[in-house]
Amino acid sequence: MATAEHKASLGKNELGDVLREMLLIRRFEEKVEERFRAGELPGFLHVAIGQEGSAVGVCRALEDGDVIASTHRAHGHTLAKGTHPNELMAELYGKQEGCSRGYGGSMHLFDVERGNMGANAVVGGGLPIVTGAALAFQMRGEPRVAVAFFGDGATNIGTFHEALNLAQLWTVPAVFVLEDNKWAESTPESQHSPIRDLSLRAKAFGMKGLKADGQDVEAVYKAARQALDHARSGKGPVFLHLDCVRFHGHYIGDPQVYRDKDEARALAESRDPIKRLREKLGLGDEEFADLDAEVTEIVEASVEFAKAGTDPAPEDALKNIYA
Amino acid sequence: MPEITYREAVRDALSTAMRQDDGVFIMGEDIAEMGGSMGVTAGMLDEFGAERVRNTPISEMALAGAAIGAALQGMRPVAEIMYEDFLTLAAEQIVNQSAKLRYMSGGQLTVPVTFRTQGGAGWSPGAQHAQQLEAWFVHIPGLKVVFASTPEDARGLLWSAIYDDNPVVFFEHRTLYPLKGDVPDEIEPIPLGRARVHREGEDVTVIATGRLVHESLEAAEKAEGDGISVEVVDPRTLQPLDEETLVSSVKKTNRAVVAHEAVTRMGFGAEVAAVLQYQAFDWLDAPVERVGAKFAPLPFAPVMEQFVVPHADDVLAAIKRTVGKG
Repeated sequence: MATAEHKASLGKNELGDVLREMLLIRRFEEKVEERFRAGELPGFLHVAIGQEGSAVGVCRALEDGDVIASTHRAHGHTLAKGTHPNELMAELYGKQEGCSRGYGGSMHLFDVERGNMGANAVVGGGLPIVTGAALAFQMRGEPRVAVAFFGDGATNIGTFHEALNLAQLWTVPAVFVLEDNKWAESTPESQHSPIRDLSLRAKAFGMKGLKADGQDVEAVYKAARQALDHARSGKGPVFLHLDCVRFHGHYIGDPQVYRDKDEARALAESRDPIKRLREKLGLGDEEFADLDAEVTEIVEASVEFAKAGTDPAPEDALKNIYA
Repeated sequence: MPEITYREAVRDALSTAMRQDDGVFIMGEDIAEMGGSMGVTAGMLDEFGAERVRNTPISEMALAGAAIGAALQGMRPVAEIMYEDFLTLAAEQIVNQSAKLRYMSGGQLTVPVTFRTQGGAGWSPGAQHAQQLEAWFVHIPGLKVVFASTPEDARGLLWSAIYDDNPVVFFEHRTLYPLKGDVPDEIEPIPLGRARVHREGEDVTVIATGRLVHESLEAAEKAEGDGISVEVVDPRTLQPLDEETLVSSVKKTNRAVVAHEAVTRMGFGAEVAAVLQYQAFDWLDAPVERVGAKFAPLPFAPVMEQFVVPHADDVLAAIKRTVGKG
């Protein structure tokens, strides 16, 4: 849902859209949790509740032609990059109308027409691909940027280090967006990283680093604009470190035995990107309720759309293996 | 008809594609100034420049993945994985990503990338520089797998691999690089999935790949002296496999030997044997024989290395067993 306007920061009207978009993602994710618990959704699902600010802030800063690659926690990125909630929900229901035609599922959401090269169920798996996509743009002289989302858990895997190293070496137009929610599944950052400030990782490659509060969508947007401008102007890739909060578990149904419940609740209360923007915009209860009703209706409609969708034939499993 | 080496044939396919198509480029370790560890890309830097003959760090995941990413955005990259052994380092990107992106996206993506690599014993590098790992990759739906054994095949097949819209793992055999052979004046693309009958025969079919094609031709000559007429067939493309040609040959000869340099157990030959027993069961007069490396890592000492990998005599012994002369 990136707009054609690209200012350094968002105006008041745009912020209203941004709030609506974040709220839509929130309600979508809550609905996904509900339908999964009701036994309607197959597979392994990860919601990004709490991380709406990074998805919307980054994707809104993109220009037409820019591409993204996402992670296993991809619903927010996918919606923010412009996939219709109907197509996303249909995918989660395994329907032909889904954004991956029922071949992908929650961890493999694609929307090539809208510049989404795909979510990835292998942590860090999309990073070298983003470097390569950016290389193609560079070689053809196209003013496009390839953007990778990944979490702090990915900063320890080889693909991360290899992809960033190559990207900087070749100064390709890529932005590496670290959504640092301090958890690699159930493992806290203190147990998976020897350094507390993961933005230091960029320094090792001589890569430009930017930092922003991932729970502040305006800050995300501003930093993303800066990062994208830098990359697009041929100055090389950028490591964009977003300080994020994952409100819920790693996957739907995760009892989070590893996490202090009170602390998680307090974070959700104090660092909610939606609440923050709502307060800034001074939205009263009635106005917010109207907005909420509007997006909830879209989400409900997506469930109806998905349920009414077409099941693939079992033997469709043998299609799309080769071009 | 010019005569060129297998090495020149690979280079000619790459260079010709790059001359006619800006979307084709090569990347890999030491491929620029050094011309590749096998000299395949020698001189290409001078002709095409560093932008299209891209030296990479020693970083197989990144170079394989970057090739995939560029392919997704419409290029036709050819990534060189210096030694087949190092495919294991790139396997995440090749197996989990390139092979499945089209499928997972419901057909939205195409991944026209080629991974060139080489391996093969006979020069005593030890256990980590000469493995034959084609069986790992034929097992992956979404990949195409080619193993060229002659200059003509290397050139025509690589051309087809570059212009195939699927990820192709292209195996070359190290000891074949100096091999000379006639090639057509102009590159004639060889369709992927078509076997080549190198020699016609009546009594036994030997289905061989890579170096073992040549060992099998030598064995066939020797068998001829013993009055055994041997047909030698090279599938050339292991995935997709030209089952029709293999099966019809065996239906004619009624006996089969499958030969490759890779370890016999769980090897590509096991699949070929299964295809033959199922599709030509009533035609078979003997068990399908398999020839391959013994179940051991490749050893260093030349005498041990020679012992582990198969040679013409091993193929000949297998041929004789199928006709009851073993």
